[in-house]
Parts: sequence; C-alpha cells; structure tokens
Amino acid sequence: MTGTDGNLLEVKNLRTYFETEDGTVKAVDGISFQLKRGETLGIVGESGSGKSVTNLSIIRLIPEPPGKIVAGEVIFNGNDLLLLPNEAIRKIRGRRIAMIFQDPMTSLNPFMKISKQLMEMTQLHLGHTKAQARDHAIRMLETVGIPDARTRADNYPHEFSGGMRQRVMIAMVLSCEPELLIADEPTTALDVTIQAQILELIKKLKSETGTSVILITHDLGVVAGMTDHVIVMYAGKIFEQARTAELFSLPGNPYTKGLLRSVPDPTAEQGKLYQIPGLPPDVAHLRPGCPFAPRCDRVEEICRREFPPFVQLNADHYSLCHFAREVYSESGGTPL
Amino acid sequence: MAIEDKPDPDELIHIPPEMAVAEADVRSVEGDEFVRGTSLWRDAWRRLLKNKLAVFGLIVVGIVTLASIIGPTVIHRTFGFTPDYIPTNDIKLIRSFPPFTGPDGKFSWAHPMGTDNAGRDQLARVLQGGQISLFVGIIATLVSLLIGVSYGAIAGYVGGRVDNVMMRVVDVLYSLPYIIIVIVLLSMFRSQTPRGQLILLFVALGSISWLTMARIVRGQVLSLKNQEFVLAARATGVSNTRIIFRHLVPNTLGPVIVYATLTIPQIMLTEAFLSFLGVGVQAPLASWGSLAADGIQNIAIFPWQLIFPGVTMALTLFSLNFLGDGLRDALDPQMRTT
Repeated sequence: MTGTDGNLLEVKNLRTYFETEDGTVKAVDGISFQLKRGETLGIVGESGSGKSVTNLSIIRLIPEPPGKIVAGEVIFNGNDLLLLPNEAIRKIRGRRIAMIFQDPMTSLNPFMKISKQLMEMTQLHLGHTKAQARDHAIRMLETVGIPDARTRADNYPHEFSGGMRQRVMIAMVLSCEPELLIADEPTTALDVTIQAQILELIKKLKSETGTSVILITHDLGVVAGMTDHVIVMYAGKIFEQARTAELFSLPGNPYTKGLLRSVPDPTAEQGKLYQIPGLPPDVAHLRPGCPFAPRCDRVEEICRREFPPFVQLNADHYSLCHFAREVYSESGGTPL
Repeated sequence: MAIEDKPDPDELIHIPPEMAVAEADVRSVEGDEFVRGTSLWRDAWRRLLKNKLAVFGLIVVGIVTLASIIGPTVIHRTFGFTPDYIPTNDIKLIRSFPPFTGPDGKFSWAHPMGTDNAGRDQLARVLQGGQISLFVGIIATLVSLLIGVSYGAIAGYVGGRVDNVMMRVVDVLYSLPYIIIVIVLLSMFRSQTPRGQLILLFVALGSISWLTMARIVRGQVLSLKNQEFVLAARATGVSNTRIIFRHLVPNTLGPVIVYATLTIPQIMLTEAFLSFLGVGVQAPLASWGSLAADGIQNIAIFPWQLIFPGVTMALTLFSLNFLGDGLRDALDPQMRTT
C-alpha cells in the first residue's frame, strides 16, 4: 500500500492562507516535500514561519474560518487527504496520523482521568471493549516508562509532572500504532534533561514500530540528533531542504547559515552571541523579492526585486536563493 | 481595618496544626508509596464547610427538603389527616385556629402552625407547599441545565455564524418581558385540573430559565475550545459531539453548578410570585406562594396564615442563596471578592 516511490506522505504545492482584517496572511505558501516510510523529517524555522500550519494542514485541523487550504495536495498512502470527506479524515486522525503538541500542560483534558483519555483512542479506532482498552492503555503507559502504571492510570493530568504528561501524550498518540507521527515542538516546554528523555523515547518507539515522524522544532540540536531530512522554513516557504548531515555541513542558503551561526558554541571564547538582525517579516504584507532580503548579510539588488529560484544543489539538496550555488560553494560543496 | 476585612491568602491553604501532623503521619506510614493529592471536589467541600453561612444554608435546605418529602406522610400517620383534609363534622363558623390550638380552643399538638380558613392543618399545607415549590424549582433548573448547557456549548463550540444566530435568539428571548409572557401564557392555557396547571407552570418557567445558563456555558466553551487539549482531541479523531459533551461540558461544571444552585431559589421565587397572583399552583394543591396569597386576605385576624408560609419560604430562599454563594467561593477561590 505504499504510494509512489515508497513515499508515505507527499505534500505538493500546499498553500494555506488566513483571511484577517489586516489582509491575507499566506502562512504556508507553496510547500512541497516527501516523507519515506520509517524516516524522520525535521522542520525548523522561527516562530510564525508556517511550521505548525503546515502540519495542521496535513490533517486538516486548520481553524476555518479564518484559515483555508487554498491549493495543494497531501498524498498519504496514495490518497489525497484534502479531498477526503470529513468522516474519512476523522478515521485517519489518531489512527494513522497522530500528533503530539508543544505544551503537555494543556494538551490533556484536566477533567478526565488519563486512563479514560487513552481508552478513548483505542475504543474509537480499534473497536476495543472497555476492558481491552484499559489493558492496552496500561501497557502503553508502561511502554513509555510511567512507573506503577496500573495505579497511575486513574490519576488526573494535574497529578503528573510536565515530562510525565508528555509521556502520557506519547502513549496516547502511539496507542493505535499510527504510520505517521507529527510532533509539534514536543520538547519546547520541558527542561533539558527531560527533553533528552522524551526525544530518546520517541526515537526508541520509532525504531520499534517503524513509524515515520515529522518533528517540528526550532532547536537545531534536536534536529541534528533526530532527523534524516531537514526542511528550513521562512515566511511560509521552504528555504532549504536537504539530508540532515549535508544541511549542517554544507548549508546552501544564507538563512540556514545564519541559523547555524546563532547556535551557541560552548567551546568558543566568551563574547556576544550571533543573531540574525531584524525580525521575521509580516506575511500579510510581503514585498516582491526575497522575503529574507532585509535581514540577509549578502543581499544584492536582485534580491529586493525578484523572487529567488528554488535551486537544486545536489541529489537531495534544494535552496531558495539567487546565490544558492555561491553559498553552497563557500560552504565547501560542489553544486550540480 | 481595611486589611482586616481582606481574606488572608494563607487562609485558603491553612492547615490546622493537628491536621498537619495527621498528614505527615500518613506520609511516613505509607513510605515511598505515591501520596494521593486531594481532588478538586474534596478541596471544594473543605472550603465549603469552613463557610458558616453556607453550612447553615446547607442544613436548613436539608431539613426543609426532608420535612417536605416525609412530613405530610408522618402527619397523616400520627394525627390521621392529609394536607387537604377539611373537617366536615365541624359546624363552627370560624375554623382557623392559632398555633397549638385544637378545635375546642385548648392546647393541642395536632396543629403546631394552626389551621387555615377551611380548617386544614397549616403545617401539613406548608410542607406540601414546600414539596411543590422545591419540585418546581428543581425541575425548572434541570430543564435549564439540559437546554442551557447543550445550547450554550453547541453555540460556543461551533462558533461563527451559527453562534451568532443562536445567541441572537437568546438575546431576543431575553428582551421579552418574560413575567408578562408567562402570565399571559398561564392564563390563556389555563388548565382545568390543578395537575395540568402545574405542568403548564413547569413549561413556562423552564422555557425562560435556560437563557442565562446558555450564555454562561457559551462563554466558558469559547475560552476552553482554543485550549490545546481540544485540538489534541480533534487530532485523535474524536467527533465534535463527543468533544462538546465529553471534553468541554465537564470542564464548565464549576460555574454551571454554582449558577444552577442560584437558579433554584430564583425560580422558586418566580413560582411563588405567579402563585401569589393566582396564575400558578391551584388549590387543592398548595405552594408557598398560594398559601401566602390565601393568608394575606386574613392578615389582620389570622396572622399565622401568612407568617408560617412566608417565613418558611424566606428562610429556604435565603439558605439556598447562601449555599450557592458558598459553592461559588468553594469551587473558585480565586474569584473571591474582597
């Protein structure tokens, strides 16, 4: 049941716009990417770059209105999710595509026992009876490392710490063994040691179940450790797309370079941290030309005038820049 | 002195020394086992018990409810008459006696509240009236819960144009002078039987009582539906109906309970008002309002006919309001006003 070329998910030219009083916000503007079975894709970018909207669009959870998916295809296992009736997409949500959210403090219902919340999933999607669902829920809680799962299952979310709640969330979303897991900044709200545990857990479960993962984050360290491919998003567009190792060693886009330079280097001498000057643009009022031009350190006349091309640099490496080849060469790569 | 008036923030989490010791003991006995946190309801219950007025209200409401339910039967068993028993063998012109007085004018336990114009026992009448008053209050509140909560939750969750239309309907109903409408309704469809009239009263009161509840629930749902757990539930494929009734409605429970408790006395008062005007409960059934209406005609000669139903009603309504206020404070300590 694989789609074309063993791709589990293929997003083509996805455009999601929001109608606001301030004008049309092009939150996601022509995104295309593929995800193979069992692989992990990282999506990085600053706040407001369209990472989350991309993924909400995939499972059609964009609040409508004001949002609207105006164009594109989301081919999952050979079916275009954007054409499915509501009833059918609901059967896919949670069953085949599951999602973890950023803040484990608010993503569990405070008024329901966690056992109830876990059981709801399998009763809904796998047709479990109450007893089956409860057993399954306890097994899942054990899998994600909740000690004394049998007693803890009847606790309410507020009786768990943040890290534990994120584990509960993971137990919940994985209880139907989905083929695709979308993790929207799963560790942003957690402290560093817990972050590592949660990421390790996702990694472990992924290798056990063969689930594909889309990992949204703005932590480049997380991306480096977890993903096979990376997409760098900016102003609703893909700025660079490459295999993880290649992106980190041979960035082909000034924006990616800037991001990489902003990562604090513990071995470097004390000094000012690098930051990309300026702020992300207001996507409701984009000027012609490259959206990154006002902040770019190698901006030229053409960047302000013309929208940059999406240049292929290598087999799996694309960059949205007028000077992609030059940047790539500077990094030490040989463009195609 | 202004400082004295403010509730001490520590008061809310204050644990008396003896309790603190007890808790420490439990911890040490249970050792490394997980110590259960106190649930929201238990905390609320503890705070409620600290509120003297609310406890007073709770006790009074409890007594009145219990007495209304079993009182008429007990009186029937003890003295052998029902609330609508009219002594037919009595040829006296005046049948209304003061409290603790028998037909012979001597002291008697049979009528602690005296008798009414027809010679019926006042206590039994008041208790039966309490039955009907409480019943009307509770049923109309349940109707308001059922309709108001569903209506408000759906409007809030669906949002957009649907919400707009649904809430404008509420606004329109709100703006109608409902007392007049209820009076017109009750007198237009005046039923031949007392029971029919009672049902009509339920319909009339129920149809106006849900409006505020709908607004409250809608407001709650509007703020809740953007929380991540709703998105998470949608992302796991839960249907909208289930999200509304299983995920959102339970989260609105606190304000809903508080408002429902405050709706009961409000409805009871409206019922009393309507019965007082003669469009509500009809004889031989009695409610506090209709008893008061009967009593006021003879207030100069037989004051007990007004005093007893009036005082019972006032006491019960006060108590219900105290209880409602106490519940509000207990369920939402942050809302407590200084």
